[in-house]
Amino acid sequence: MARSIAFREALREAMSEEMRRDERVFLMGEEVAEYNGAYKVSQGMLAEFGEKRVIDTPISELGFTAVGVGAAQNGLRPVVEFMTWNFAVLALDQILNTASKMLAMSGGQISCPIVFRGGNGSAGQLGAQHSTAFEALYANIPGIKVVSPSTPYDAKGLLKQAIRYEEDPVMFMESEVMYGDKMEVPEEEYYIELGKADVKRPGTDVTIISFNKMMKVALSAAAELEKEGISAEVIDLRTIRPLDMETILASVRKTNRLVIVEEQWPFASVSSEISYRVQKDAFDYLDAPIRRITAADAPLHYAPNLVAAALPDVPRTVKLVKEVMYLKK
Amino acid sequence: MLLKFLAVATKFSKETYLYWYELMQLIRTFELTAEEKYKMEGKIRGFFHAYVGQEAIAAGCMTATKPEDIFITAYRDHGLAVAKGVSVDSCMAELYGKATGCAKGKGGSMHFFGKEQHFFGGHGIVGAQIGTGTGLAFAENYKGTDNVVLCFFGDGAARQGILHESFNLAMLWKLPVIYICENNNYAMGTSVERTSNIHDIYKLGAAYEMPSEVVDGMNPETVHDAVAKAVKRAREKNGPTLLEIKTYRYKGHSISDPQKYRTKDEVDEYKSKDPINLLRKSMLDGQLATEAQVKEIDTRCDEVVAASVKFAEESPFPSDDEVLKDVYVDQDYPFIVD
Ligand SMILES: Cc1ncc(C[n+]2csc(CCOP(=O)(O)OP(=O)(O)O)c2C)c(N)n1
Ligand SMILES: [Mg+2]
Repeated sequence: MARSIAFREALREAMSEEMRRDERVFLMGEEVAEYNGAYKVSQGMLAEFGEKRVIDTPISELGFTAVGVGAAQNGLRPVVEFMTWNFAVLALDQILNTASKMLAMSGGQISCPIVFRGGNGSAGQLGAQHSTAFEALYANIPGIKVVSPSTPYDAKGLLKQAIRYEEDPVMFMESEVMYGDKMEVPEEEYYIELGKADVKRPGTDVTIISFNKMMKVALSAAAELEKEGISAEVIDLRTIRPLDMETILASVRKTNRLVIVEEQWPFASVSSEISYRVQKDAFDYLDAPIRRITAADAPLHYAPNLVAAALPDVPRTVKLVKEVMYLKK
Repeated sequence: MLLKFLAVATKFSKETYLYWYELMQLIRTFELTAEEKYKMEGKIRGFFHAYVGQEAIAAGCMTATKPEDIFITAYRDHGLAVAKGVSVDSCMAELYGKATGCAKGKGGSMHFFGKEQHFFGGHGIVGAQIGTGTGLAFAENYKGTDNVVLCFFGDGAARQGILHESFNLAMLWKLPVIYICENNNYAMGTSVERTSNIHDIYKLGAAYEMPSEVVDGMNPETVHDAVAKAVKRAREKNGPTLLEIKTYRYKGHSISDPQKYRTKDEVDEYKSKDPINLLRKSMLDGQLATEAQVKEIDTRCDEVVAASVKFAEESPFPSDDEVLKDVYVDQDYPFIVD
């Protein structure tokens, strides 16, 4: 039986189901308990699980991240919420210098099964310090995995998987502007393996790769293109690290053209990595250079027109697809 | 209240009271008007944190410092920007995201700046400016000026680790910085008691032997006195001070806050201690101002703010090519555009 639930509810169900199943799982973060979550993801969880397992922290990102990382090494399975990933930068030391390296430094003795999650990327006119999309930055770090879902269904299955089965640190990137998105999600329990992309729309003429909220741009562009007789295959990466190259390469070998739409800054972004690997492994299949739309190579400014000009949109995606198909206009 | 006021009244001139009143009223009018524009017309977007209730802090800090002294604060920055003399027009235009804004429409509510007015912002990462402010003070010391830095942060920010590192450095190097914790009792929905074993934030200075005190923030006189003492210490190269200034925010944390964590009674109790009402009453009772003078100030504030709305509305948005401007000082920087 499926019912329609919002993205935030899907995340909440994932956490609650895993907490009911496993005593070792707990949720920690700013405003997660009494306030029921800054974005209401954890609504009702304090009431169900009590303050031992749904824990409000002071504004001390480095401190509570370190507590999570230590707890994970010592037998617990923490879920740490960052109000947004912008604030996780304060805790990067613990993630990059400790969590990601524990297993390597200890010669395989000590692992760090922890999930960090929260809103990521831009969310309207929030200014430069509240708008960074961090997938590419974290994906650069060996030892951690990076998940960035675009739908409530995927989010629930992936988060459950991360909490229950992943023994390595997982960065789980959501979006403030997607928390209200609704979708049919089964009542029955399900898990989605990390590292598997999903073809959200099959097509034959061109491949569009995206993830997180930019999937909306990709899918809308594909719908526009269909009106003009162009069949775009849209791949939702879902997991950024590891990248599902099999799905990507199979699609490119079929369509021979690739456009990537992402909200990262362009330098060493997810599209940079995909482009390198596709040209290396499918060079002979490409009928046009791989192209991409990223966020502008700049901090995100506040003014509404500057926000619009800095982020990928449907018209630019449509135009770029036509360019790789060598179509006029 | 009146008695207490008369006891210190001799220290401050009529002009000082009139200045305080006008500044506080100007800040409040600005905030209430901008909030209305946000809610009713949607012309202001993003996070918006009002300073309503905390105006006496800005007022007392202004009369205890000189224009060259630097202020730096968090995202609840409108009041301090206006106090430092960043023009009301440019502040309102910034909220509207216009090119004439005090950050060219690039900063928004949380990122007001006015270098000329020695206002260094406007910072969105809780606690970050505690360290940055310490660095501003380091530079004044290095350059050998007698300028000081007023570094503002919230009670919530006091729980960030950077506070401790900054306190230690500032004491070690005797930097001319005054740490001002604007304790409005809440960090978003979390009360001070829920964030630490130490509820008296001023006590955090003790670990570093930093002179520290708690101050009534609903009255510009008490704020002025405490800040003036700290400023003197800093100017004379005797190092930093921590002031925990007790205040209250009447509005939610930001516009979207449903405020379930506090009662209406609590808010009403603080409203009965409203710094602007108290100041007005003291001035009238102490014959430092007439009803007519007060009215005239109120009217002037309304007019200045109304004019700023008109200015903001009539100003243009920044041109789209501003996306890649102000990212590097280097004018030839080769941006990745594809
Ligand atoms: C590092 C960081 N963590 C979390 C946030 C989200 N946030 C913004 S304001 C705030 C509360 C801060 O409260 P306080 O320091 O008391 O200042 P006030 O808002 O009361 O002026 C929080 C948690 C942030 N901006 N930066
Ligand atoms: Mg506060």
